[in-house]
Amino acid sequence: MTPSQSTCRTVPARNDPVEYARGVLDEIRWRSEEICDRTGRDAVQVMEVCGTHTMSFAQSGLRAMLPRTVRLLSGPGCPVCVTTAADVDRAVWFARRPDVTLVTFGDMLKVPGSRGSLSDARAAGADVRLAYSPADTLDLARLRPDREFVFLGVGFETTAPLVAATVLAAEREGIRNFSVFPLFKLVPPALRAILSRRDHHIDGLILPGHVSAIIGLEPYRFVAGEFGVPGVIAGFEPFDLLEGLLMLIRMRYAGSAAIKIQYTRGVPAEGNPAALRLLREFFQPAGAVWRAVGPIPDSGLAFRPEFEAFDAVSRFPGMPTADAPEPRGCLCGAILMGRALPADCPLFGKSCTPVSAVGPCMVSSEGACAAAYKYGWTEPGIWKKKQPAGCGS
Amino acid sequence: MCLAIPGKIIGKDGQTGQIDFGGLIRTARLDLLPEAAVGDVILVHAGFGIQTVDLSVEPEIAERLGKAGVR
Repeated sequence: MTPSQSTCRTVPARNDPVEYARGVLDEIRWRSEEICDRTGRDAVQVMEVCGTHTMSFAQSGLRAMLPRTVRLLSGPGCPVCVTTAADVDRAVWFARRPDVTLVTFGDMLKVPGSRGSLSDARAAGADVRLAYSPADTLDLARLRPDREFVFLGVGFETTAPLVAATVLAAEREGIRNFSVFPLFKLVPPALRAILSRRDHHIDGLILPGHVSAIIGLEPYRFVAGEFGVPGVIAGFEPFDLLEGLLMLIRMRYAGSAAIKIQYTRGVPAEGNPAALRLLREFFQPAGAVWRAVGPIPDSGLAFRPEFEAFDAVSRFPGMPTADAPEPRGCLCGAILMGRALPADCPLFGKSCTPVSAVGPCMVSSEGACAAAYKYGWTEPGIWKKKQPAGCGS
Repeated sequence: MCLAIPGKIIGKDGQTGQIDFGGLIRTARLDLLPEAAVGDVILVHAGFGIQTVDLSVEPEIAERLGKAGVR
């Protein structure tokens, strides 16, 4: 396959956005077609790790504009989706305590546990409040020193430093009726878990922009170095996604693998050192269980022993430890690992819809299934389909 | 969930900034951006600035951000 326009071999300035987008898409098309010709694959498979990228690709219409030789797979980058049913049950346990007000981001309200969601608990009388920022919890705690305020600490590296800063503020102010139920998760260990599977079919990773704004480029080096998979940290505008994708396809075309930054305006290579310092000061890596995926070593964060006073788990002994089964038939685990598309799931659009979601990927507004349902992806499924090994393997 | 919105710092009082999101003014904590100053454009996530936007690296993006409301 030869390029229809030789000028699109370099990314031109974006003075004429329409012409520019056409050029980038054209280059993505011919390069991906050539890669598939060379490897016998039907498509170059790119995982967009972050849920916000999943939504941006769908919302902007780019997903529908991509050639058939590029297939986007959603990754585990939606903190709401990867919070286990057992952890939701534990959050409900905190919320049901008469002395506790549970404060959470709105995204978590409707995520089902094994015996209902926080929304159900609230309807039954539990004191569950929504917050825009973890710092809002301190405002509530100052007003009611007679009550305990537990913040539900869900999020990736983007969110955990904010909670650390809030804990620091509480410590300095002497606010003692505030604690955190830490359910944070870390992105690089999850990527390692995905790429460690010998049968993964991932040819490149669009890496999360705002996680990277905190952690920078370094923690991803192993993706290219150990696994030979290229990665690009991309922004969230349509042009960012197009450029990120083109940068990946170019590396794959050349047979090279590196970690590059497209989102240069928001991601310095070193990340945010102040945020990283705070993160290390308050938290240490700990094992974590990812919903529908399972346990991943060192992929979570626990309070350091000296800050135990702010750990809701230590403060309120007796938190249930029982596991909770995932919904039967749900393919979320395979979808989050890049091994299935939403349309592959027998429940998708039938018993599982945004109104009555079964799996976490449909509950979260940034989940792959919610995006597929809302924007009507029509790509054929890949689950259980016999495929030759990935382009890079 | 990791959504972050660019806004311009128009005022700063200790660790709290007044942020202009294209005409909508909100406060945000600047604990994670100790060097952020009035006039900087920052990414705000859940009420905290998490990174300074370096507009010099991509002038054409600065132009589009300008059109989207960040002055």
